[in-house]
Amino acid sequence: MTEVTNRTVTIRLDGTDVEVPEGATLLDACRSERIDTPTLCYSDVLHPVNACRVCVVEVEGSRPLVPACSRTVEAGMVVQTDTERVRHSRKMVLEFLGSSVDMSYASADVHGWMDRYQVDSGRYGPPRAPAGDRDERKAHAGHHGQVDGFTAETVAQPEKVDNALYMRDYSRCITCYKCVEACGEDAQNTFALTVAGRGFDAGISTEYDFALGDSACVFCGNCISVCPTGAIMFRSEHELREAGLWEPDEQHVTRTVCSFCGVGCNLDLHVQDNRIVKVTSPQDHDVTRGHLCIKGRFGYDYVQQLPDPLTSPIDEVLAAARESG
Amino acid sequence: MDLRFSEAEPSRDERAAVDAVLGPPDSTWVGATERTAGDTRLAHVGRRIRERRDELLPALDAVQSQIGWISEGALMHICRRLAVPPAEAYGVATFYALLSVTEQPPRVLHVCDDVGCRGFGANELIAGIEEQFGPEGTVVDDATWRRSPCIGQCDRAPACYGQIAGRDDTTLVGASVDDAISMLAGTDVPHPPVEIPQRGQAGLRLLRRVGVVDPSDLDAYRADGGYEALRRAVELGPAQIVREIKDANLRGRGGAAFPAGVKWEAVATATRRPKYLICNADESEPGTFKDRVIMEGDPFAIIESMTIAGFATGAEQAYFYIRGEYPLATRRMRHAIDQARRRGFLGGDVMGTGFAFDIDLRRGQGAYICGEETALMNSIEGRRGEPRNKPPFPTDAGLFGQPTVINNVETLINVPAIVAGGGPVYARIGTPDSTGTRLFCLSGAVDRPGVYEVESGTTLRELISLAHDAVDQISAVLLGGAAGAFVTADRLDLPLTFEDARDAGLGLGSGVVMAFGPGADMADAARRIARFFRDESCGQCVPCRVGTVRVEEALDRYLSNGHDPTDRSLIDEIDRVMKDASICGLGHTAGTAIRSALDAGLLGGAR
Repeated sequence: MTEVTNRTVTIRLDGTDVEVPEGATLLDACRSERIDTPTLCYSDVLHPVNACRVCVVEVEGSRPLVPACSRTVEAGMVVQTDTERVRHSRKMVLEFLGSSVDMSYASADVHGWMDRYQVDSGRYGPPRAPAGDRDERKAHAGHHGQVDGFTAETVAQPEKVDNALYMRDYSRCITCYKCVEACGEDAQNTFALTVAGRGFDAGISTEYDFALGDSACVFCGNCISVCPTGAIMFRSEHELREAGLWEPDEQHVTRTVCSFCGVGCNLDLHVQDNRIVKVTSPQDHDVTRGHLCIKGRFGYDYVQQLPDPLTSPIDEVLAAARESG
Repeated sequence: MDLRFSEAEPSRDERAAVDAVLGPPDSTWVGATERTAGDTRLAHVGRRIRERRDELLPALDAVQSQIGWISEGALMHICRRLAVPPAEAYGVATFYALLSVTEQPPRVLHVCDDVGCRGFGANELIAGIEEQFGPEGTVVDDATWRRSPCIGQCDRAPACYGQIAGRDDTTLVGASVDDAISMLAGTDVPHPPVEIPQRGQAGLRLLRRVGVVDPSDLDAYRADGGYEALRRAVELGPAQIVREIKDANLRGRGGAAFPAGVKWEAVATATRRPKYLICNADESEPGTFKDRVIMEGDPFAIIESMTIAGFATGAEQAYFYIRGEYPLATRRMRHAIDQARRRGFLGGDVMGTGFAFDIDLRRGQGAYICGEETALMNSIEGRRGEPRNKPPFPTDAGLFGQPTVINNVETLINVPAIVAGGGPVYARIGTPDSTGTRLFCLSGAVDRPGVYEVESGTTLRELISLAHDAVDQISAVLLGGAAGAFVTADRLDLPLTFEDARDAGLGLGSGVVMAFGPGADMADAARRIARFFRDESCGQCVPCRVGTVRVEEALDRYLSNGHDPTDRSLIDEIDRVMKDASICGLGHTAGTAIRSALDAGLLGGAR
């Protein structure tokens, strides 16, 4: 989401002078130099909120480290991306998340960074669910239960399954704000989601913890497409995972164009065992930037209910097509 | 924007409370009950309504203050009135400790158990309340009580803040169990008057009028030299005022010690309009109560100072953001702002000079983080009080994205003397790098706690001896507040200047000097500080959100598990990431006091 002009500035990045477009971020500069920089709350299609702090780098003249994802380059900046301080902060951020959140569905990149920075989440003690209901606790800012130093508090809580399309498992939520942004002004303009509560008890919520169907949610699924840890997920994927049948390596992805209206959104149909199990859109697509509406995201059932037109009698094909609307 | 509201309706009282702040709704589109013919043709929502987003917090405050909690119907009504998505309003309401989205009784007694009170009477007070009323959170006859972080009454510990629906909030100081029980029972307890140990002493500059000049009387203020500085300021003109402030080398008293003249100059020379001025009166650093004393004792001086600042920087609209737990200071400031406006010292034509300037008072709702300047701006804007990443700095893109000067109360009240006497004259007080006098908040194990004004450069020992006879009986001092550090008795000769403190690896913070005697339970104080930061972290960035939890856990382990050096070094590691990678000053300083206590050997174990 960076405004890039055709002018350039020169910065010193890990000891090398590099020329970067004016207006680019330090993360852009790192990427163009192929410096692998961990990110969690950053997305190419959302405004950076720089909340996770895993992308921090050292900039000469700044006492604290600075988030690469949102700091724009300035001529003459001297930037270090792999100092002891940087490695320490990245390791600690990943350890803090690893010790408080279920990160098992995070991407292979995330697990790779955890290995690179030698994350040892176990050193904070065995995990402990917070005292009381976390939704309750969100409503009581400024007060927390008795501390127990021999366990590490986590965000563990029951799954929320309150509709046919999504499930939410906030035990996996790192509070990166991406779903809030995608639901709000960065994509859908629906504002069904917010961060409620404060501090460690803060979390993603609807008003008064309404079920999604009672909130402003329009089930576009854009929150799911930006979630880095699987805290909000398609029911189809969740149920296959629960049954031990989720096989991403076996899935075939077919790119097509959504047929519901004239906008022309690209769809990636993820197909496993000849069933559509998930629909996404490529982030680099000019029209969608990865975002879809409920029809493109979930309106695929009719495809699967049609009998095979090559082998079935034509009457059956037409009847099935009429039935599915 | 799709707005979807639930069908919950506000009660008549809730509706009245909201409409008293926002004015009556002008159509059914925004919550009116009577549909007019016009409503069927025109929807009155959109930009005009959304631009009122900054009235969200005052509206939530109105319901909380009148009804005692914010029901779904009340929240929906506010959201309709202001075209705010209900989820966002819920996110805002749940951010603040004084706002409740679950039903609670109309009388809530917040009993301070923070470092300034707990070792100094609060533990006994709480034990008494538990025995006579019931455990924390018990509801008896429309009342309940809960523990609270510091409420800025440390000179009169133990203290409580009473949040009472439909009536003025109040404060209990030097509170006995009987006082607390009678407040819970609904009896009015008179608000204590402001007191300072140095009252009326010669040589005071900032505290000169406190306890001497009637704080509710504009004429009394003028008779004591009030508004002479503003007259002088108008003669000098904006550019010269900024020069005087720079020559005075006035540095911020809120904790960061940033030169005020640099901020003023940046905003004065900014070309974008409008510009804003904010006075930060969200004094919440545990152990700090100096700004409260000024607000209660000399409110017109703050207003005059703000007016000069507005004149110098070109800001016509100012906000006075005061912490919610200061009911008397809020009343005094409101009264003073009304008086000044009525008499032409605020408004469209200040003192007949043609300069327009006005002040809007905004109440905080129980969030330490809102003392951080950008969190405060988000709070005024009706958003969660989460700090913003810097740059951009407020002088460039502050309140509503516009150039903004933000100064703390104590910083601002230095302004009249600088303008009246000239910057270079002011700079002769104190040391070259720490000019002027400073206010310090003495509390804890001292004979005469209170706010003291001393020249910069006075040593810590000299300062404490003003308040305490046997300085040699003090074993440790919490300097600068919970975000500051513990210093031991061997360091009392520290001169109280920015530069000496910095060289000693310390900070003066907000002027907290909280003394502890040899018998004090320092481990308990350290635990309370760890708890404080965990409760007050906004939760936005990972280092602070999780780091403050892990510090509290590691400290608990360290203290109850034989001072294991592994836990000690883990605390150091967590403190490092909070200092290096947190977004704001809260995270940067959240581990400082605990580490200083460990380093000084105050918590046992190896140093």
